[in-house]
Amino acid sequence: MQIVRALLTRLATTLVTLLGAAIIVFVVIRVVPGNPIAMMLPPGATEADIERLKTLYGLDKSIPEQFWIWIVNVVQGDFGTSITLRQPVFDLVIGRLPATLELSLMALLIAVLIGGTAALTATLYRDTKIEGGIDVAGGVALSLPDFLWGLALILVLGVLWPLFHISGRVSPSLGFDFQSNFFLLEALLRFRFDVVFDLLGHMLLPAFALAIPLAAIILQLLKQSLKECMHDDYITLARTKGYSETSIITRDALPNAILPTLTLIGVQFTFLIGGTVIIERLFSYEGLGNMAIDAVINRDLPLIQGIVLVFALLFTLVNLLVDMTYAALNPRLRHA
Amino acid sequence: MRDARGDIRQLPGLRLWLSGGWLLLLVLAAIFAPMLSPHDPLEQDLFAARLPPFWEQGADPAYLLGTDSLGRDLLSRMLYGARLALTVALVAGTLTCLVGATLGLIAGYYRGWADLVISRLVDIWMAFPPVLFAILLIAVLGTGLTSIIIAIVVIDWTRFSRVVRAEAMSQGAMDYVASAQVAGRSRLGIALAEILPNVLPTIVALLTLEMGIAVIVEAILSFVNLSISTDEPTWGGMIAEGRTSIYQAWWVLVFPLFALFLTVLSFSQLGEGLKEYFDPVLR
Repeated sequence: MQIVRALLTRLATTLVTLLGAAIIVFVVIRVVPGNPIAMMLPPGATEADIERLKTLYGLDKSIPEQFWIWIVNVVQGDFGTSITLRQPVFDLVIGRLPATLELSLMALLIAVLIGGTAALTATLYRDTKIEGGIDVAGGVALSLPDFLWGLALILVLGVLWPLFHISGRVSPSLGFDFQSNFFLLEALLRFRFDVVFDLLGHMLLPAFALAIPLAAIILQLLKQSLKECMHDDYITLARTKGYSETSIITRDALPNAILPTLTLIGVQFTFLIGGTVIIERLFSYEGLGNMAIDAVINRDLPLIQGIVLVFALLFTLVNLLVDMTYAALNPRLRHA
Repeated sequence: MRDARGDIRQLPGLRLWLSGGWLLLLVLAAIFAPMLSPHDPLEQDLFAARLPPFWEQGADPAYLLGTDSLGRDLLSRMLYGARLALTVALVAGTLTCLVGATLGLIAGYYRGWADLVISRLVDIWMAFPPVLFAILLIAVLGTGLTSIIIAIVVIDWTRFSRVVRAEAMSQGAMDYVASAQVAGRSRLGIALAEILPNVLPTIVALLTLEMGIAVIVEAILSFVNLSISTDEPTWGGMIAEGRTSIYQAWWVLVFPLFALFLTVLSFSQLGEGLKEYFDPVLR
């Protein structure tokens, strides 16, 4: 019963957060001095033309009125029409979202692999120079943001030693006809490994840029939890049974140490998704964040609102999922 | 297995010296930029465009670090760029710290409806991608130094308030606070005289971290061409330039990127070092 109530409270606060985010963006972009309508029309347009378009986009009404109309439409799945691209915002966002999701998930995977391996290695070689080296590398990785890692990767692995593509999502010369917007998933399912190879060539550098700081965070926390576990009785027991150190760390210590790291990964994943905005721009990757920056520069109000709402939805959804996973995995919370 | 902890223990001191040294160098460069710069950072010379740095073939010794595609001297632009980077770091970092720490202290010590409102606001803020939020704010406020500083304060105050709130809450439950209450001190007096000094080491570490973040935010805004006027030399603007001409002139990107790397690293290491220095448990 308690868990149901906790879940309902959690859902209610999530809704309040989303509504608050929607209101803030709505108000902020409506005090923009530049007139979006004036930018759409040729220089010779008359006052009447401007008024007609304002009515068309509902910009002649008061801000609370506009917000009410927008929110009623959003609930029905209508996000309005983009002013610059003249297409439904919903279609545009849905078209770009898979690119951002694929990039974020790839980055998450890389971060978990690198951070996890580093933490296990450092625990295995604890109190040696290897641990010291991993600590220093982790410290540097954590200190610098994804934007700088992206630039460094472009320089080293894109230009100096050109192993990867540094812009776009797929080579146009490939001429592959995608049926969905989940390019990587689709290419994998259709066994087109040449296309997979090309997609990875575009995706890996931005994914690494996003993954490096998160990998360092995973390394630090997991290593700390592992070290604390290594003093527990069951570890001594496993040792007296004669298991190797590697097997003790991966089979006995890891399952007991992983819970705090899992929670942290969930929270940090939203930061990673937030990082896609500038990383997509840096790598000219055709995702949601790149489109968002264009929308802001072009003052495309309906598109900005739609994208920010989708990001907010994504963030709150991830947080909700993390809380639920935590409750499911932690026996103390489950039986509370 | 040899114990390497001794090596690691010695690091904080070295860390403080190295990061402090680079930042001091930067401050000097920013102050004396007009004297140190061999050229006017805005002066264009299309006949001297894309000259490589001095050690490469075809370099002109008058342009030590080479020139960009408009023939502007990179060294001079780097020196002037340090001015903006440091101004943003100091002003935006300090203001963000003041706003965020104050709200965090109020939420964590006074609790009640103030905590409710502030925590809800933090939740809402966490639902925005920060870079997108910053770009949105600059689009609304217009470009310029003041707008950048306001944007950084608005997007990043939560970083301080979250941590300070949690610290203030745990400090508020301690015995010394209870005894101060019994001794008849006012709530404000306790918050400022008892809680704040105990939260200060954390705040200082966060502050230097925030200064590094402010430099990055400014660079990102310059990169998408939304910082200060496009003529003004900024590291982010130079990086944006360098990104477009990366195959023709890699050095345009390398030098400002290197400066950013060292600066951000120094700020965060300074923070870590100071935290260890202040922390009685670690000391």
